[in-house]
Amino acid sequence: MTLSDLNVAAPELILAGSALLLLMWGAFQGRSNFAYGAAAVLALVAAACAAALGVQGRIFSGGLIADDLSAFAKVFIYGFSAVSIPLGERWLQRRGDNKFEFNVLIILAALGMGMMVSAGDLIALYIGIELQSLALYVLAAFRRDDAKASEAGLKYFVLGALSSGLLLYGASLIYGFAGSTQFPVIAEAVSQGAGGGVLFGLVFLICGIAFKVSAAPFHMWTPDVYEGAPTPVVGFFAAAPKLAAMVLLARVLSEGFGSALEQWRQVIVAMALLSIFVGAFGGLVQRNLKRLWAYSSIANIGYALLGLAAGAEVGVQSMLLFMVLYMVDVTGFFACLSALQRDGKPMETIDDMAGLIKERPALALALTAFALSALGLPPFAGFWAKYYVFKAAIGGGLTVAAVLGLVGSVVAAFYYLRLIKVMWFDPTVGATERPPFEARSVAVAAALFSFPAVLVALVWLDPLAKAAAAVLG
Amino acid sequence: MIGLTHYLTLAAMLFTIGVFGIFVNRKNIIVILMSIELILLAVNINLVAFSVYLHDVVGQIFAMFVLTVAAAEAAVGLAILVTFFRNRGDIAVDDASVMKG
Repeated sequence: MTLSDLNVAAPELILAGSALLLLMWGAFQGRSNFAYGAAAVLALVAAACAAALGVQGRIFSGGLIADDLSAFAKVFIYGFSAVSIPLGERWLQRRGDNKFEFNVLIILAALGMGMMVSAGDLIALYIGIELQSLALYVLAAFRRDDAKASEAGLKYFVLGALSSGLLLYGASLIYGFAGSTQFPVIAEAVSQGAGGGVLFGLVFLICGIAFKVSAAPFHMWTPDVYEGAPTPVVGFFAAAPKLAAMVLLARVLSEGFGSALEQWRQVIVAMALLSIFVGAFGGLVQRNLKRLWAYSSIANIGYALLGLAAGAEVGVQSMLLFMVLYMVDVTGFFACLSALQRDGKPMETIDDMAGLIKERPALALALTAFALSALGLPPFAGFWAKYYVFKAAIGGGLTVAAVLGLVGSVVAAFYYLRLIKVMWFDPTVGATERPPFEARSVAVAAALFSFPAVLVALVWLDPLAKAAAAVLG
Repeated sequence: MIGLTHYLTLAAMLFTIGVFGIFVNRKNIIVILMSIELILLAVNINLVAFSVYLHDVVGQIFAMFVLTVAAAEAAVGLAILVTFFRNRGDIAVDDASVMKG
């Protein structure tokens, strides 16, 4: 390994360096302002460019991998992190809470997520996950005078730390029984019949990652954390970290355990179906929109897992496309929620949304688009996402699971349609405040992506996701 | 003679105690933090035992990383616990239930 090999780690180095510089700058300046936020966004954009255009390869004895898959994931992870900086910072500023640490924490979380999608051995995997999680715990409890936010942070921390423990225990067993922490060596040991110890470890590892993506039965933290954490932070939680953990799962399963496909496929399919049904039925009784969308995100992770379980290149491709389209929707949805206020209070329940179409037509139309997209109605983005997943699942021989998944999405349609009905046909409750510029523009842009821009974007996304998935094929 | 199995059994026992400490514990959150440490230390015993058994130093390097991250994790956890305490004036597990449903 020479110094020029470090070019492969350019995105990580840019983010780590700028996080340290911003921390220094912030310590002298105190509060965050426009220039500070712009610098943070710039660092993330620079890292995304470095990931897309930079050198590819494997460095640190295969610990850090830069390939088409990691480049694809990193561009979206850094991009969505960059969007959440203006959203979150301005939201906090309006509440007089714009501490500069917010930007640094987002950058550190993005750095951790980048390491997750690039991880080539168990140590890098663990460090990436922890770097991401520790930043996210603090972000959840960022409004420290808010009782709900600190409770959300605490719950997220306890269950997150438990999941890290499960994951590590699994990693230690895999290391012991396969004899190495590197995925290719583990794959060799598995294909030679490494036996029960490794598979036992793999189950623990999958459980740990399932916590991070909030797949059932490891979803119990999700509704509480989504309800308590600051709204724009939830928008960040629900998007980039999920993509990172799903890509990580895909890489571990394909690169490390490709020959044990039959064994892990059952676990993933079971988790997928359970998530779809927990998400569909759990959402039926929710009145709080943040909780409702927590259940929606559990169901959506179920669909992504179903795509992953289909195996092979097509499965990974469908999972990547699903996650990217879902991330746009969910970011737009939480941008809407953080834009809407009535009498100085955030509008968070379904009843608050009554008659919104007369009050704020643009945001109500955007929310309608997100609800229809989450429901999977053609031609919205959510339909295409589900179309890819179901096509891959049926092609992979999981027809029964795909049919059950469709049933789950019909059940979930109830709560999406109820939201639309309340917004369009119920009498209005009172005047809403003027939505802030940045949240409104993100919401409208995401809604326009959901329909019609998605039709053009897919032409361009589809081959990119295919090339990314080909790495694991 | 103490062999690998003994170490693995000890680690498995500590791990189980840790997991139960989180789920069964109904008293206070400091105990949960201690249980998390116990889980991480169980993993470290596993890693070091395997490392010796395999004559491979990577396991011990891994254990060093785990120790470092465990320290950072405890610091973040205690910081969040302090904000929670300031808002509630108590750290009983049963109190952490404003949100339900």
